[in-house]
Amino acid sequence: MKIFATYNIKGGVGKTTAAVNLAYLSAADGYRTLLWDLDPQGAASFLFRIKPRVKGGGKALIRGTRALDDAIKGTDFDHLDLIPADFTYRNMDLLLGGANGKPTRKLAQLLRPLAAEYDHVFLDCPPSISLVSENVMHAADVLLVPVIPTTLSVRTLDQLTEFVAGFNGRRPEIRAFFSMVDRRKKLHQEIVRDLTAERSGVAATPIPSLSMIERMSVERAPVTAFAPNSVAARAYRALWSEISKDI
Amino acid sequence: MTTPGLRDFVLEVPTGEESAEDLLPAALAALSQVFTVTQEAGAPGARRRTWLDTFDWRLYRAGLMLEFEQARRDGRLLLSRADGTPQAEQPVTGWPPRRPALDLPPGPVRDRIMVLIRPRALLPIVRAFSTVRVTRLLNADGKTVARLAAEHITVTAVAASPTAVGPTAAGTTAELPLRLAIAEVRGYPGQARRASTLLAGVPGVSSASQGVFTAALTALGRHPADYTSGVDAEITASMPASVAVARLLLRLLDTLEQNVDGVLRDIDTEFLHDLRVAVRRTRSAIKLLGEVLPADLAEHYKTEFKWLGDLTTPTRDLDVHLLGFGPMTAQLVAASPADLEPLRAFLVRRRAREFRRLAAALRGPRFRAITDDWRKALLEIRDAAPPRRRREPTAAELALRTTGHAFRRIAAHGATITADSPPESLHDLRKRAKELRYLLEFFAPLHDPVAYRKVVGELKSLQDCLGDFQDSQVQREEIHTLADAMLAERAAPAATLLAMGEIAAKLTLSQAEARADFARRFARFAGPAGQERIDVLLEGRP
Repeated sequence: MKIFATYNIKGGVGKTTAAVNLAYLSAADGYRTLLWDLDPQGAASFLFRIKPRVKGGGKALIRGTRALDDAIKGTDFDHLDLIPADFTYRNMDLLLGGANGKPTRKLAQLLRPLAAEYDHVFLDCPPSISLVSENVMHAADVLLVPVIPTTLSVRTLDQLTEFVAGFNGRRPEIRAFFSMVDRRKKLHQEIVRDLTAERSGVAATPIPSLSMIERMSVERAPVTAFAPNSVAARAYRALWSEISKDI
Repeated sequence: MTTPGLRDFVLEVPTGEESAEDLLPAALAALSQVFTVTQEAGAPGARRRTWLDTFDWRLYRAGLMLEFEQARRDGRLLLSRADGTPQAEQPVTGWPPRRPALDLPPGPVRDRIMVLIRPRALLPIVRAFSTVRVTRLLNADGKTVARLAAEHITVTAVAASPTAVGPTAAGTTAELPLRLAIAEVRGYPGQARRASTLLAGVPGVSSASQGVFTAALTALGRHPADYTSGVDAEITASMPASVAVARLLLRLLDTLEQNVDGVLRDIDTEFLHDLRVAVRRTRSAIKLLGEVLPADLAEHYKTEFKWLGDLTTPTRDLDVHLLGFGPMTAQLVAASPADLEPLRAFLVRRRAREFRRLAAALRGPRFRAITDDWRKALLEIRDAAPPRRRREPTAAELALRTTGHAFRRIAAHGATITADSPPESLHDLRKRAKELRYLLEFFAPLHDPVAYRKVVGELKSLQDCLGDFQDSQVQREEIHTLADAMLAERAAPAATLLAMGEIAAKLTLSQAEARADFARRFARFAGPAGQERIDVLLEGRP
């Protein structure tokens, strides 16, 4: 079981759209795929038309009174399941802090029993730097980091890389990719070109800023499913093939 | 993700005046009371499935079903219980094999079934081709919460039915009634239950009482477990003895003929084994019960079935050697299994030669004449009007006399055997014991089952001991003969001969063990307690 997590400290950078589309493409390739919507806002759950509710809330999952398995819902797509968001996830830091065992390894521990059932797990994380995100970093094999091509965003990526480098033992691989790229902006073009050339771990495929991606919230489905021939879908497919060839 | 095949939700439109297609709109209308019903885009899906079992239904008898589902490039084997509960699954490539499968690729299905089926081959029994139309059932959010699959299934019989009555020719096809299944979407079990309740309320739609495999067998006129090598002739106590014996011999002839095709196609070794057992039983029946048949008929077929029995012996002997090759090499202490490889190659070559001879004879006129004319003669006896003047013994009387006589012969003969008796005396006793066993099996329907099991249990224990004794001797002698033959063909390296010597020594040991155990087993069978058991069986009194 390979665990991918879309993570960025900032919000609104395309984490959820990436998680939803990459999970969909993974499932379409025949991998048994699970997406966990960890963001209490429940955007990924909404996009799959699944109610953002888990019986017993985040507390039952973290404490283990309810198996993660019980919370899983089938999406409309073959090989793709989802663990919905729940509003109680907003308190997940507290729950993780109060859990038995190492508080930073709790999510990894919860996911372990699903290894026989799924080939790929995608974690869609809330934007923050917190105990939740630290848990995600410890659980993930690959951190997929959407980066808007601005100087500040690049600086944030550096901070994240440094933070992960400080981990003892196992560290996730960091795969950054450019998100919400506006081809009309010169700065965007320069940063994408320079950074892709200069740094390893930055995907060559940028995800452009497109209204078709915004349409996902109207269609309530991955753009790769409802408009598979669109520019947006093609960009996600190229990104997924870049990521999946290293699996 | 969809969890397919929830049995509880499998529904079936029975054939009737209304065609299944006509009922589908009513089913969809019922579902649309609660769900938004939307047809899955694209062409209907196709499913190709094959169910497999051994010729003698070993999986079915163990309460299992084996299904192979063909996918685009490869497929998967699915083992389930008779009620459809999945047991094991494994992907397979390059399947199905061109010939009936004697083995499977490693995996959980193989792990479960090889111990049950070996040395029999897996044969395709039924093939099913279906087209599946999927309808999604959506909730108020437009989310798929269950699926309705409507499956048109055409089934084809692959192996011909072995039953003599109403044979199903290979290639016979049948359409099954349209099957509707509600598939649950994970996390929405309540919705699937709700959908199935709605469907069950539609007039003309009923819960499926059979799985696809069982329904296919019924539609094709096949009955599971329609082959058994056992003797289960339909005889009664009051039946004239000649009619009972004719029925018995006809049943044995059925078994014999059912196995001919499998022998000729060389599917697995057990076809020949079962054919030989049918021949041996026939010969014993003619010898022990032939007095109720016309004398010339019994005499003629005594010769013919001896010819047939002798014809099959060389191939079977070589099969036994080859089947026991693995366990035999595993016993080696001084020699290495590789040393015996030239022996195996030699056996395989010989077996091929002997098999060609056997197959030619089974396709020849003498064999055809035996089976055809024997059946005609037996049918005449079976269907003849009862004689008016002479009173013929009943089946029960014949059973009582012959079984009692056979038991007394064993008791008398066995009592004379001492530690100094020659091996031939034990070999002879083995033959008599086998005859008694056959008589017991022939007349089993006339006996009390409990008394029968007790006598057969002790007899079997004695037979095993006598069998071990004789088999060890025969195999040892055969190893000597094989060694001579290999030397003559210059196919015997010294290491192979040494390894064969080690095997021969082990056989001498096991023969001695069997001999040492004989007196105890014989006493249990023929002593006072054994005498009492046979009295209870034959006369219903201790």
